[in-house]
Amino acid sequence: MRIIRVEEIVRNIKEMCIEANHYLTEDMKLALKEAEKKEKSPLGKQILHQLEDNLQIAAQDMIPICQDTGMAVIFMEIGQDVHVEGGLLTDAVNEGVRQGYREGYLRKSVVADPVLRENTKDNTPAVIHYDIVEGEQIRITVAPKGFGSENMSRVFMLKPADGVEGIKNAVLEAVREAGPNACPPVVVGVGIGGTFEKCALLAKKALTRPVGERSKLPYVREMEEELLEKINQSGIGPGGLGGSTTALAVNINTYPTHIAGLPVAVNMCCHVNRHCVRVL
Amino acid sequence: MAEKQITVPYDEKTARDLHCGDYVYLTGTIYTARDAAHKRMYEALAEGNGLPFDIEGQVIYYMGPSPAREGRAIGSAGPTTASRMDKYTPSLLDLGLKGMIGKGKRAEAVREAIVRNGAVYFAAVGGAGALLSKAIVSSEVIAYDDLGTEAIRKLEVKDFPVIVVIDGEGNNLYERAIEAYRV
Repeated sequence: MRIIRVEEIVRNIKEMCIEANHYLTEDMKLALKEAEKKEKSPLGKQILHQLEDNLQIAAQDMIPICQDTGMAVIFMEIGQDVHVEGGLLTDAVNEGVRQGYREGYLRKSVVADPVLRENTKDNTPAVIHYDIVEGEQIRITVAPKGFGSENMSRVFMLKPADGVEGIKNAVLEAVREAGPNACPPVVVGVGIGGTFEKCALLAKKALTRPVGERSKLPYVREMEEELLEKINQSGIGPGGLGGSTTALAVNINTYPTHIAGLPVAVNMCCHVNRHCVRVL
Repeated sequence: MAEKQITVPYDEKTARDLHCGDYVYLTGTIYTARDAAHKRMYEALAEGNGLPFDIEGQVIYYMGPSPAREGRAIGSAGPTTASRMDKYTPSLLDLGLKGMIGKGKRAEAVREAIVRNGAVYFAAVGGAGALLSKAIVSSEVIAYDDLGTEAIRKLEVKDFPVIVVIDGEGNNLYERAIEAYRV
Protein backbone atom coordinates (compact mmCIF):
# COMPACT_ATOMS: atom_id res chain seq x y z
CA MET A 1 0.00 0.00 0.00
CA ARG A 2 1.22 3.50 -0.87
CA ILE A 3 0.37 6.63 1.08
CA ILE A 4 -0.35 9.91 -0.71
CA ARG A 5 -0.80 13.07 1.33
CA VAL A 6 -3.67 15.45 0.52
CA GLU A 7 -1.21 18.35 0.29
CA GLU A 8 0.33 16.72 -2.77
CA ILE A 9 -3.10 16.46 -4.38
CA VAL A 10 -3.95 20.09 -3.61
CA ARG A 11 -0.69 21.35 -5.09
CA ASN A 12 -0.98 19.29 -8.26
CA ILE A 13 -4.58 20.24 -8.93
CA LYS A 14 -3.80 23.90 -8.36
CA GLU A 15 -0.98 23.77 -10.91
CA MET A 16 -3.04 21.74 -13.36
CA CYS A 17 -5.94 24.24 -13.33
CA ILE A 18 -3.51 27.00 -14.24
CA GLU A 19 -1.67 24.91 -16.85
CA ALA A 20 -4.83 23.70 -18.58
CA ASN A 21 -6.17 27.23 -18.96
CA HIS A 22 -2.99 28.64 -20.51
CA TYR A 23 -1.61 25.85 -22.70
CA LEU A 24 -3.38 23.41 -25.00
CA THR A 25 -1.96 19.96 -25.60
CA GLU A 26 0.32 19.44 -28.63
CA ASP A 27 -2.31 17.40 -30.52
CA MET A 28 -4.76 20.34 -30.37
CA LYS A 29 -2.14 22.84 -31.56
CA LEU A 30 -1.17 20.57 -34.43
CA ALA A 31 -4.80 20.03 -35.43
CA LEU A 32 -5.39 23.80 -35.61
CA LYS A 33 -2.28 24.28 -37.73
CA GLU A 34 -3.32 21.52 -40.13
CA ALA A 35 -6.84 22.95 -40.32
CA GLU A 36 -5.51 26.39 -41.25
CA LYS A 37 -3.62 24.88 -44.20
CA LYS A 38 -6.68 23.06 -45.50
CA GLU A 39 -9.40 25.67 -44.81
CA LYS A 40 -11.15 26.82 -48.00
CA SER A 41 -12.68 30.09 -46.75
CA PRO A 42 -10.28 33.10 -46.59
CA LEU A 43 -12.10 34.44 -43.52
CA GLY A 44 -12.04 30.94 -42.00
CA LYS A 45 -8.28 30.76 -42.58
CA GLN A 46 -7.85 34.14 -40.95
CA ILE A 47 -9.87 33.06 -37.90
CA LEU A 48 -7.85 29.85 -37.52
CA HIS A 49 -4.69 31.91 -37.72
CA GLN A 50 -6.02 34.19 -34.99
CA LEU A 51 -6.74 31.15 -32.82
CA GLU A 52 -3.10 30.06 -33.17
CA ASP A 53 -1.94 33.60 -32.33
CA ASN A 54 -4.29 33.51 -29.37
CA LEU A 55 -2.60 30.37 -28.04
CA GLN A 56 0.82 31.99 -28.36
CA ILE A 57 -0.27 35.16 -26.57
CA ALA A 58 -1.92 33.10 -23.83
CA ALA A 59 1.29 31.16 -23.17
CA GLN A 60 3.70 34.09 -23.47
CA ASP A 61 1.76 36.63 -21.43
CA MET A 62 -0.04 34.20 -19.10
CA ILE A 63 -3.53 35.29 -20.16
CA PRO A 64 -6.11 32.48 -20.11
CA ILE A 65 -6.75 31.15 -23.64
CA CYS A 66 -10.44 31.90 -23.15
CA GLN A 67 -12.08 34.12 -20.54
CA ASP A 68 -14.46 31.26 -19.77
CA THR A 69 -11.99 29.28 -17.71
CA GLY A 70 -14.76 26.80 -17.15
CA MET A 71 -16.19 24.65 -14.45
CA ALA A 72 -13.41 22.32 -13.32
CA VAL A 73 -14.22 18.77 -14.40
CA ILE A 74 -11.80 16.38 -12.74
CA PHE A 75 -11.31 12.67 -13.34
CA MET A 76 -9.63 10.88 -10.44
CA GLU A 77 -8.50 7.35 -11.27
CA ILE A 78 -7.40 5.97 -7.95
CA GLY A 79 -5.34 2.85 -7.64
CA GLN A 80 -6.95 0.60 -5.06
CA ASP A 81 -3.64 0.17 -3.24
CA VAL A 82 -3.37 3.88 -2.50
CA HIS A 83 -4.25 5.33 0.87
CA VAL A 84 -4.96 9.07 1.03
CA GLU A 85 -3.91 10.72 4.28
CA GLY A 86 -4.34 14.12 5.86
CA GLY A 87 -7.96 14.88 5.14
CA LEU A 88 -10.86 14.21 2.81
CA LEU A 89 -9.90 13.61 -0.80
CA THR A 90 -12.83 15.63 -2.18
CA ASP A 91 -11.91 18.57 0.04
CA ALA A 92 -8.35 18.38 -1.28
CA VAL A 93 -9.51 18.43 -4.89
CA ASN A 94 -11.73 21.45 -4.25
CA GLU A 95 -8.96 23.21 -2.35
CA GLY A 96 -6.67 22.71 -5.36
CA VAL A 97 -9.30 24.25 -7.63
CA ARG A 98 -9.84 27.15 -5.20
CA GLN A 99 -6.11 27.95 -5.07
CA GLY A 100 -5.60 27.44 -8.81
CA TYR A 101 -8.43 29.75 -9.83
CA ARG A 102 -7.37 32.41 -7.32
CA GLU A 103 -3.63 32.37 -7.89
CA GLY A 104 -3.91 31.80 -11.64
CA TYR A 105 -6.18 34.82 -12.27
CA LEU A 106 -8.84 32.49 -13.65
CA ARG A 107 -12.49 33.47 -13.88
CA LYS A 108 -14.85 32.37 -11.14
CA SER A 109 -17.83 31.05 -13.07
CA VAL A 110 -19.61 28.79 -10.60
CA VAL A 111 -22.88 29.62 -8.82
CA ALA A 112 -23.75 27.86 -5.57
CA ASP A 113 -27.31 27.01 -6.56
CA PRO A 114 -28.61 26.56 -10.12
CA VAL A 115 -31.75 28.59 -9.41
CA LEU A 116 -30.66 31.11 -6.77
CA ARG A 117 -27.41 31.73 -8.69
CA GLU A 118 -25.02 33.27 -6.20
CA ASN A 119 -21.40 33.05 -7.32
CA THR A 120 -19.20 30.97 -4.99
CA LYS A 121 -16.33 33.36 -5.85
CA ASP A 122 -13.68 30.61 -5.93
CA ASN A 123 -14.95 28.40 -8.77
CA THR A 124 -15.71 25.51 -6.43
CA PRO A 125 -17.13 22.98 -6.25
CA ALA A 126 -15.51 21.02 -9.05
CA VAL A 127 -17.36 18.21 -10.84
CA ILE A 128 -15.36 15.17 -9.75
CA HIS A 129 -15.55 11.68 -11.22
CA TYR A 130 -13.91 8.96 -9.16
CA ASP A 131 -12.87 5.66 -10.59
CA ILE A 132 -11.16 2.86 -8.67
CA VAL A 133 -8.49 1.14 -10.75
CA GLU A 134 -5.64 -1.27 -10.07
CA GLY A 135 -2.26 -0.22 -8.77
CA GLU A 136 -0.87 2.30 -6.32
CA GLN A 137 -0.99 5.53 -8.25
CA ILE A 138 -3.54 8.29 -8.76
CA ARG A 139 -4.09 9.50 -12.31
CA ILE A 140 -5.62 12.97 -12.35
CA THR A 141 -7.17 14.65 -15.39
CA VAL A 142 -8.20 18.30 -15.03
CA ALA A 143 -10.51 19.40 -17.84
CA PRO A 144 -11.95 22.91 -17.37
CA LYS A 145 -15.19 23.03 -19.39
CA GLY A 146 -16.60 26.21 -20.88
CA PHE A 147 -20.33 26.55 -21.19
CA GLY A 148 -20.68 28.04 -24.67
CA SER A 149 -20.19 24.53 -26.00
CA GLU A 150 -21.50 22.68 -22.93
CA ASN A 151 -24.90 24.32 -23.46
CA MET A 152 -25.07 22.83 -26.97
CA SER A 153 -24.55 19.24 -25.78
CA ARG A 154 -27.31 16.62 -26.07
CA VAL A 155 -28.43 13.20 -24.89
CA PHE A 156 -30.52 11.03 -27.25
CA MET A 157 -32.23 7.89 -25.96
CA LEU A 158 -32.36 6.02 -29.28
CA LYS A 159 -33.99 2.67 -29.97
CA PRO A 160 -31.82 -0.36 -30.82
CA ALA A 161 -33.47 -0.37 -34.27
CA ASP A 162 -32.08 3.14 -34.96
CA GLY A 163 -28.63 1.58 -35.25
CA VAL A 164 -25.57 3.24 -36.72
CA GLU A 165 -27.66 5.53 -38.95
CA GLY A 166 -29.59 6.81 -35.94
CA ILE A 167 -26.36 7.51 -34.07
CA LYS A 168 -24.88 9.42 -36.99
CA ASN A 169 -28.03 11.48 -37.44
CA ALA A 170 -28.06 12.34 -33.73
CA VAL A 171 -24.45 13.58 -33.82
CA LEU A 172 -25.00 15.58 -37.00
CA GLU A 173 -28.17 17.13 -35.58
CA ALA A 174 -26.34 18.20 -32.41
CA VAL A 175 -23.49 19.78 -34.39
CA ARG A 176 -25.84 21.53 -36.83
CA GLU A 177 -27.96 23.00 -34.06
CA ALA A 178 -24.88 24.11 -32.14
CA GLY A 179 -23.73 26.03 -35.23
CA PRO A 180 -21.69 29.09 -34.27
CA ASN A 181 -22.67 28.92 -30.57
CA ALA A 182 -20.22 26.18 -29.63
CA CYS A 183 -17.19 28.14 -30.93
CA PRO A 184 -16.18 26.00 -33.90
CA PRO A 185 -13.92 24.38 -34.89
CA VAL A 186 -15.21 22.00 -32.25
CA VAL A 187 -14.14 18.66 -30.87
CA VAL A 188 -17.13 16.33 -30.64
CA GLY A 189 -17.16 13.84 -27.77
CA VAL A 190 -19.65 11.02 -28.24
CA GLY A 191 -20.72 8.37 -25.76
CA ILE A 192 -22.70 5.35 -26.96
CA GLY A 193 -24.24 2.78 -24.64
CA GLY A 194 -24.51 2.38 -20.89
CA THR A 195 -27.38 4.22 -19.24
CA PHE A 196 -28.64 7.81 -19.38
CA GLU A 197 -25.84 9.17 -17.19
CA LYS A 198 -23.15 6.72 -18.30
CA CYS A 199 -23.28 7.77 -21.95
CA ALA A 200 -22.87 11.42 -20.95
CA LEU A 201 -19.79 10.53 -18.92
CA LEU A 202 -18.38 8.50 -21.85
CA ALA A 203 -18.84 11.54 -24.10
CA LYS A 204 -17.09 13.84 -21.63
CA LYS A 205 -14.20 11.44 -21.25
CA ALA A 206 -13.93 11.06 -25.04
CA LEU A 207 -12.97 14.76 -25.20
CA THR A 208 -9.78 14.01 -23.26
CA ARG A 209 -8.52 11.57 -25.90
CA PRO A 210 -5.91 13.14 -28.26
CA VAL A 211 -7.65 14.44 -31.39
CA GLY A 212 -5.34 12.49 -33.71
CA GLU A 213 -6.04 9.15 -32.04
CA ARG A 214 -8.87 7.01 -33.43
CA SER A 215 -10.90 4.33 -31.66
CA LYS A 216 -9.44 0.82 -31.62
CA LEU A 217 -12.82 -0.68 -32.61
CA PRO A 218 -12.94 -0.80 -36.43
CA TYR A 219 -16.65 0.11 -36.74
CA VAL A 220 -16.26 2.99 -34.26
CA ARG A 221 -13.20 4.27 -36.07
CA GLU A 222 -15.15 4.24 -39.31
CA MET A 223 -17.96 6.21 -37.70
CA GLU A 224 -15.51 8.75 -36.29
CA GLU A 225 -13.97 9.32 -39.69
CA GLU A 226 -17.23 9.47 -41.59
CA LEU A 227 -18.84 11.84 -39.07
CA LEU A 228 -15.84 14.19 -39.16
CA GLU A 229 -16.06 14.36 -42.93
CA LYS A 230 -19.81 15.01 -42.89
CA ILE A 231 -19.51 17.66 -40.16
CA ASN A 232 -16.87 19.46 -42.21
CA GLN A 233 -19.22 19.46 -45.18
CA SER A 234 -21.86 21.33 -43.15
CA GLY A 235 -20.38 24.71 -44.10
CA ILE A 236 -20.50 26.08 -40.53
CA GLY A 237 -16.76 26.73 -40.48
CA PRO A 238 -14.43 28.55 -38.04
CA GLY A 239 -16.41 30.88 -35.78
CA GLY A 240 -19.55 29.70 -37.59
CA LEU A 241 -18.73 32.23 -40.31
CA GLY A 242 -18.54 29.69 -43.10
CA GLY A 243 -15.83 27.26 -44.14
CA SER A 244 -14.62 23.72 -44.40
CA THR A 245 -13.34 23.32 -40.82
CA THR A 246 -16.24 22.83 -38.42
CA ALA A 247 -14.72 20.05 -36.30
CA LEU A 248 -11.15 18.97 -35.57
CA ALA A 249 -12.16 15.47 -34.43
CA VAL A 250 -15.00 13.18 -33.45
CA ASN A 251 -14.01 10.99 -30.50
CA ILE A 252 -16.40 8.15 -29.66
CA ASN A 253 -16.39 5.93 -26.57
CA THR A 254 -18.70 2.94 -26.13
CA TYR A 255 -19.95 0.79 -23.25
CA PRO A 256 -22.27 -2.24 -22.92
CA THR A 257 -25.94 -1.33 -22.67
CA HIS A 258 -29.44 -2.76 -22.04
CA ILE A 259 -31.30 -4.96 -24.56
CA ALA A 260 -33.96 -2.25 -24.89
CA GLY A 261 -31.77 0.81 -25.37
CA LEU A 262 -29.21 2.75 -27.39
CA PRO A 263 -28.26 5.86 -25.40
CA VAL A 264 -26.14 8.42 -27.28
CA ALA A 265 -24.60 11.53 -25.74
CA VAL A 266 -22.92 14.30 -27.71
CA ASN A 267 -20.65 16.53 -25.66
CA MET A 268 -19.62 19.53 -27.70
CA CYS A 269 -16.30 21.17 -26.95
CA CYS A 270 -14.96 24.36 -28.49
CA HIS A 271 -11.46 24.56 -30.00
CA VAL A 272 -10.21 25.38 -26.49
CA ASN A 273 -10.38 21.69 -25.61
CA ARG A 274 -8.45 21.81 -22.35
CA HIS A 275 -7.14 18.94 -20.33
CA CYS A 276 -4.09 18.29 -18.29
CA VAL A 277 -3.02 14.86 -16.99
CA ARG A 278 -0.66 13.92 -14.16
CA VAL A 279 0.07 10.64 -12.47
CA LEU A 280 0.97 10.77 -8.79
CA MET B 1 -15.00 41.44 -47.51
CA ALA B 2 -14.64 45.16 -46.78
CA GLU B 3 -12.44 46.40 -43.92
CA LYS B 4 -13.72 49.43 -42.01
CA GLN B 5 -12.72 51.58 -39.04
CA ILE B 6 -15.54 52.81 -36.79
CA THR B 7 -15.56 55.06 -33.75
CA VAL B 8 -17.98 54.15 -30.92
CA PRO B 9 -20.48 55.57 -30.04
CA TYR B 10 -21.90 56.01 -33.55
CA ASP B 11 -25.16 57.11 -35.17
CA GLU B 12 -27.80 55.26 -37.18
CA LYS B 13 -26.31 56.34 -40.51
CA THR B 14 -22.94 54.79 -39.61
CA ALA B 15 -24.69 51.59 -38.59
CA ARG B 16 -26.69 51.43 -41.82
CA ASP B 17 -23.48 51.78 -43.83
CA LEU B 18 -22.18 48.52 -42.34
CA HIS B 19 -22.98 45.32 -44.17
CA CYS B 20 -23.11 41.66 -43.35
CA GLY B 21 -19.57 40.22 -43.73
CA ASP B 22 -17.71 43.53 -43.21
CA TYR B 23 -14.55 43.21 -41.09
CA VAL B 24 -14.68 46.17 -38.69
CA TYR B 25 -12.16 47.65 -36.24
CA LEU B 26 -13.92 49.44 -33.36
CA THR B 27 -12.23 52.29 -31.48
CA GLY B 28 -13.73 54.23 -28.59
CA THR B 29 -15.92 53.36 -25.61
CA ILE B 30 -17.97 50.18 -25.28
CA TYR B 31 -19.77 48.62 -22.30
CA THR B 32 -19.78 45.01 -21.14
CA ALA B 33 -22.92 43.27 -19.92
CA ARG B 34 -23.91 39.62 -19.84
CA ASP B 35 -26.74 37.56 -18.31
CA ALA B 36 -27.00 38.96 -14.79
CA ALA B 37 -26.39 42.61 -15.78
CA HIS B 38 -29.02 42.39 -18.53
CA LYS B 39 -31.53 41.01 -16.04
CA ARG B 40 -30.84 43.94 -13.70
CA MET B 41 -31.08 46.55 -16.46
CA TYR B 42 -34.35 44.99 -17.60
CA GLU B 43 -35.74 45.12 -14.06
CA ALA B 44 -34.56 48.74 -13.65
CA LEU B 45 -36.45 49.71 -16.80
CA ALA B 46 -39.57 47.83 -15.67
CA GLU B 47 -39.49 49.77 -12.41
CA GLY B 48 -39.20 53.05 -14.30
CA ASN B 49 -35.56 53.61 -13.33
CA GLY B 50 -32.80 54.61 -15.74
CA LEU B 51 -29.93 52.52 -17.06
CA PRO B 52 -26.48 52.82 -15.46
CA PHE B 53 -25.04 54.41 -18.64
CA ASP B 54 -26.29 56.50 -21.56
CA ILE B 55 -27.20 53.88 -24.13
CA GLU B 56 -27.70 56.19 -27.13
CA GLY B 57 -25.40 55.16 -29.97
CA GLN B 58 -23.62 52.66 -27.73
CA VAL B 59 -22.29 49.15 -28.22
CA ILE B 60 -22.66 46.40 -25.61
CA TYR B 61 -20.04 43.66 -25.51
CA TYR B 62 -21.36 40.34 -24.15
CA MET B 63 -18.29 39.50 -22.13
CA GLY B 64 -17.21 38.61 -18.60
CA PRO B 65 -13.40 38.84 -18.34
CA SER B 66 -11.00 36.76 -16.30
CA PRO B 67 -9.25 38.83 -13.59
CA ALA B 68 -6.49 41.20 -14.72
CA ARG B 69 -2.93 40.56 -13.60
CA GLU B 70 -1.14 43.51 -11.97
CA GLY B 71 -0.42 46.30 -14.42
CA ARG B 72 -2.82 45.05 -17.07
CA ALA B 73 -6.12 46.58 -18.20
CA ILE B 74 -8.00 43.31 -18.24
CA GLY B 75 -7.63 39.51 -18.31
CA SER B 76 -8.84 37.22 -21.08
CA ALA B 77 -11.76 38.95 -22.80
CA GLY B 78 -13.60 37.08 -25.56
CA PRO B 79 -17.31 37.08 -26.42
CA THR B 80 -19.97 34.93 -24.77
CA THR B 81 -23.01 33.38 -26.49
CA ALA B 82 -25.40 36.18 -27.47
CA SER B 83 -28.68 34.26 -27.54
CA ARG B 84 -28.92 34.27 -23.75
CA MET B 85 -29.45 38.04 -23.97
CA ASP B 86 -32.16 37.80 -26.68
CA LYS B 87 -34.99 38.31 -24.20
CA TYR B 88 -33.62 41.70 -23.15
CA THR B 89 -32.08 43.02 -26.38
CA PRO B 90 -35.08 44.40 -28.34
CA SER B 91 -36.00 46.87 -25.58
CA LEU B 92 -32.40 48.09 -25.35
CA LEU B 93 -32.27 48.58 -29.13
CA ASP B 94 -35.53 50.56 -28.97
CA LEU B 95 -33.85 52.81 -26.38
CA GLY B 96 -30.99 53.68 -28.72
CA LEU B 97 -28.44 50.84 -28.43
CA LYS B 98 -26.68 50.66 -31.80
CA GLY B 99 -24.61 47.51 -31.59
CA MET B 100 -23.89 44.28 -29.78
CA ILE B 101 -20.72 42.17 -29.85
CA GLY B 102 -21.08 38.47 -29.10
CA LYS B 103 -21.05 35.11 -30.79
CA GLY B 104 -23.74 32.78 -32.02
CA LYS B 105 -27.29 32.95 -33.30
CA ARG B 106 -29.93 35.57 -32.39
CA ALA B 107 -33.70 35.32 -32.12
CA GLU B 108 -35.94 36.65 -34.86
CA ALA B 109 -37.20 39.38 -32.49
CA VAL B 110 -33.62 40.65 -32.18
CA ARG B 111 -33.14 40.70 -35.96
CA GLU B 112 -36.37 42.68 -36.33
CA ALA B 113 -35.30 45.20 -33.67
CA ILE B 114 -31.92 45.58 -35.40
CA VAL B 115 -33.67 46.42 -38.69
CA ARG B 116 -36.25 48.69 -37.03
CA ASN B 117 -33.63 50.77 -35.24
CA GLY B 118 -30.72 50.61 -37.66
CA ALA B 119 -28.24 48.72 -35.50
CA VAL B 120 -25.62 45.98 -35.97
CA TYR B 121 -24.86 42.59 -34.42
CA PHE B 122 -21.14 41.95 -34.54
CA ALA B 123 -19.32 38.69 -33.84
CA ALA B 124 -15.91 38.60 -32.22
CA VAL B 125 -13.96 35.34 -32.51
CA GLY B 126 -15.13 33.04 -29.73
CA GLY B 127 -12.33 31.54 -27.67
CA ALA B 128 -9.75 34.14 -28.67
CA GLY B 129 -9.88 35.96 -25.33
CA ALA B 130 -6.12 36.47 -24.94
CA LEU B 131 -5.80 37.97 -28.43
CA LEU B 132 -8.87 40.21 -28.03
CA SER B 133 -7.65 41.50 -24.65
CA LYS B 134 -4.79 43.23 -26.51
CA ALA B 135 -7.30 45.61 -28.15
CA ILE B 136 -8.67 46.73 -24.77
CA VAL B 137 -6.83 49.79 -23.47
CA SER B 138 -8.65 50.29 -20.17
CA SER B 139 -11.46 48.81 -18.13
CA GLU B 140 -13.51 50.28 -15.30
CA VAL B 141 -16.47 48.79 -13.43
CA ILE B 142 -19.29 51.36 -13.59
CA ALA B 143 -22.24 49.37 -12.18
CA TYR B 144 -23.28 46.20 -10.38
CA ASP B 145 -19.84 45.62 -8.86
CA ASP B 146 -21.28 42.84 -6.70
CA LEU B 147 -21.78 40.72 -9.84
CA GLY B 148 -18.02 40.14 -10.15
CA THR B 149 -17.13 39.16 -13.71
CA GLU B 150 -20.74 39.99 -14.71
CA ALA B 151 -20.52 43.65 -13.58
CA ILE B 152 -20.96 46.38 -16.20
CA ARG B 153 -17.56 47.61 -17.35
CA LYS B 154 -16.71 50.63 -19.43
CA LEU B 155 -13.97 49.63 -21.86
CA GLU B 156 -11.75 51.83 -23.99
CA VAL B 157 -10.90 49.85 -27.10
CA LYS B 158 -8.53 50.45 -29.98
CA ASP B 159 -8.99 48.62 -33.27
CA PHE B 160 -11.09 45.91 -31.65
CA PRO B 161 -11.69 43.34 -34.44
CA VAL B 162 -15.27 42.26 -35.16
CA ILE B 163 -17.30 40.97 -38.11
CA VAL B 164 -20.78 42.19 -39.05
CA VAL B 165 -23.16 39.22 -38.69
CA ILE B 166 -26.60 40.92 -38.80
CA ASP B 167 -26.82 44.30 -40.54
CA GLY B 168 -29.52 46.98 -40.62
CA GLU B 169 -31.23 45.28 -43.54
CA GLY B 170 -31.55 42.07 -41.58
CA ASN B 171 -28.99 40.05 -43.56
CA ASN B 172 -27.39 37.28 -41.51
CA LEU B 173 -23.83 36.15 -42.21
CA TYR B 174 -24.26 32.87 -40.31
CA GLU B 175 -26.98 31.83 -42.75
CA ARG B 176 -25.26 33.11 -45.90
CA ALA B 177 -21.76 31.85 -45.16
CA ILE B 178 -22.90 28.36 -44.30
CA GLU B 179 -24.73 28.14 -47.62
CA ALA B 180 -21.56 29.17 -49.42
CA TYR B 181 -19.45 26.36 -47.97
CA ARG B 182 -22.00 23.56 -47.58
CA VAL B 183 -21.05 20.56 -49.71
